[in-house]
Amino acid sequence: MNIAVLAKQVPDLVEGVEIDASGKAVDPTSIRYILSEPDDHALEEALLLKERSQARVEVFSLETGEAREALFTALAKGADRAVTVQTGQESVPDSHTTAKLFASVLHASAFDLIFTGVRAIDDLDGSLGGLLAGYLGLPYVGLVRKVETSSDGGTVVVEKEYPGGYAAELEVRLPAVLGVQAAEQPPRYVPVSRLRQVMKAAKVEEETATAEGVEPLAVGRMYKPEEGKGATMLSGGPDEVARQIADILSERHLLR
Amino acid sequence: MGTLQPQITPEKPGVIFPEIAQIPELFRTCIQCGVCSGSCPMGEVMDFTPRKAAKMIADGRFEEVVSSNTPWLCVACHTCQVRCPSQLLIPDGLFPALRSAVMAEGKPMEQDLQKALQNTYLYGNPMGQSPRKRAEWTATAGVPVPIISQVKRPVEVLWVVECYPSYEPRNQEISRKLARILNALGVDFAVLGHEERCIGDCEWLAGERGLFEMLIERNIEILGKYRFKEILITDPHAYRTLLNIYPRLGGTFRVKHYVQFLAERAGQLKPLLKKKPSAAVTYHDSCCLGRKTGHYDEPRALLQAIPGVNLVEMIQNRESALCCGGGASTIYLDRYIQDRAKDRLADRRVQQAAATEAGILAVACPYEPSRFEDAVKITGNEEKLVVRDIIELLAESMGLE
Repeated sequence: MNIAVLAKQVPDLVEGVEIDASGKAVDPTSIRYILSEPDDHALEEALLLKERSQARVEVFSLETGEAREALFTALAKGADRAVTVQTGQESVPDSHTTAKLFASVLHASAFDLIFTGVRAIDDLDGSLGGLLAGYLGLPYVGLVRKVETSSDGGTVVVEKEYPGGYAAELEVRLPAVLGVQAAEQPPRYVPVSRLRQVMKAAKVEEETATAEGVEPLAVGRMYKPEEGKGATMLSGGPDEVARQIADILSERHLLR
Repeated sequence: MGTLQPQITPEKPGVIFPEIAQIPELFRTCIQCGVCSGSCPMGEVMDFTPRKAAKMIADGRFEEVVSSNTPWLCVACHTCQVRCPSQLLIPDGLFPALRSAVMAEGKPMEQDLQKALQNTYLYGNPMGQSPRKRAEWTATAGVPVPIISQVKRPVEVLWVVECYPSYEPRNQEISRKLARILNALGVDFAVLGHEERCIGDCEWLAGERGLFEMLIERNIEILGKYRFKEILITDPHAYRTLLNIYPRLGGTFRVKHYVQFLAERAGQLKPLLKKKPSAAVTYHDSCCLGRKTGHYDEPRALLQAIPGVNLVEMIQNRESALCCGGGASTIYLDRYIQDRAKDRLADRRVQQAAATEAGILAVACPYEPSRFEDAVKITGNEEKLVVRDIIELLAESMGLE
């Protein structure tokens, strides 16, 4: 079984994010990039499948942000091949463009499963998995939290989350695209010495992608959430604040 | 009080990062006396005590020890290492080697510890806070806390604040008070601010060798950029590692923990100490200031400089002091340890403090305020005992609230 994992770099919110002078995009100089957390789970689920059923795992990242370190980390965790996808794009492309770029690279390859994280913090125009499945003409299941191979090799059984605490088991015909919500176990740890060894010894390959015929998303305005005007801040010690809350509730006839 | 008071053993030389495969040779002189296991506050809940683990590894039974609960139960109190007649490196050698072996196997790790290590890799602190925010606590210090890259001249004292005192709210208060004390003493000091990163004690003893090497390389480079006479440091773990381990890896600095730094200035400090403490005081010897570096007298001298202080000792004090149970990264393994041990060492220690009938438990380690304040609540001693850093007691007596 061959599995492709799509690993996306997203802004690290710990460092804070600024809007650039155009007011339409994130200022690239203000941020550092880290691997999108659901994609880390997608990789973990793929590696668990590899351990259970001798799958081959290849990881792809668009050449934006600081992808190489995430790719070396994936190799250190046990991925078999890591690829940066050269796009010729100056800024981080939107989900439609990204889906088309990945479709052009994955189209010719014989992958049984393509894993993505089910979402990323900077998805503006839909999540990648469904769009990619559309371009490739493959089935898509999102919110996946477990994947089991079947004995005939032609299908997998996935566990998918539904609202309200429900889950369903679905049998999916291969090849397919899966949007992973969470892996069966937390993503594994890579000791730094192992990562440094891999960075010296292994290599990240390059492939080139194109995204013709996609109308990119036009961002009208990007801004930080604006502070509401309706909030009243209470101050004072705990007893005083409690009294004020009681008064407010009683003024609004919410206390009997 | 009839407690055991052996000689302080100086830091022992030895391999800083042994591989598990080196342990049989390094532990060839182990006489299997069992002093380590008998001294270990966690020994009774370990699958294999340190003595037994050392013997099993010497016999090539690596896998059994690596997959047991033993690797993650050492709290690095160093009681065993100080008492070992063969001078073997147990928390500094055997345990990091075991933990490295667990990590190398790629087995799932305790998530709190994994997160702390990942955060330290990405941001230089285990909390996962932005390095840019490292000096934010200084804004409300009430006195100037200069950043060394901005003062553009040599300073007398470079204050390495460390992670908990920089980011944790309870400890930030203590840092602000130390800034006020330094200001009152007229000390010419500066901090590293956003350039400061974790010194790496936790990462080393957790067996994360590559991360420790990375932190050391970076810290030696940053510290080498600036001119200062000595380093003042707030965290005893970082103090011990910077004092005794960095020189063996290429970074030699004159470094003092604050208890030592302030005790040297006791003559200047004394006339400023005016107010009597509200209750009798008992002092907890942290492992890194006590057994690891032998600073038993300075913290007591500082406390005794406060007018009207009544200093009483716990049943286990100085060399035999009981650990809070948070060293060598086990501060991130509370849940794992609690699932296996009957009680927490911090709870046991707080019971000892309560038994002295002192109203104040004095500490000098940034792990303790939160660990012991939790333990005070858990053991139902809220009415009887408060936890105060020595800095807080000094600042209070000086009227620097």
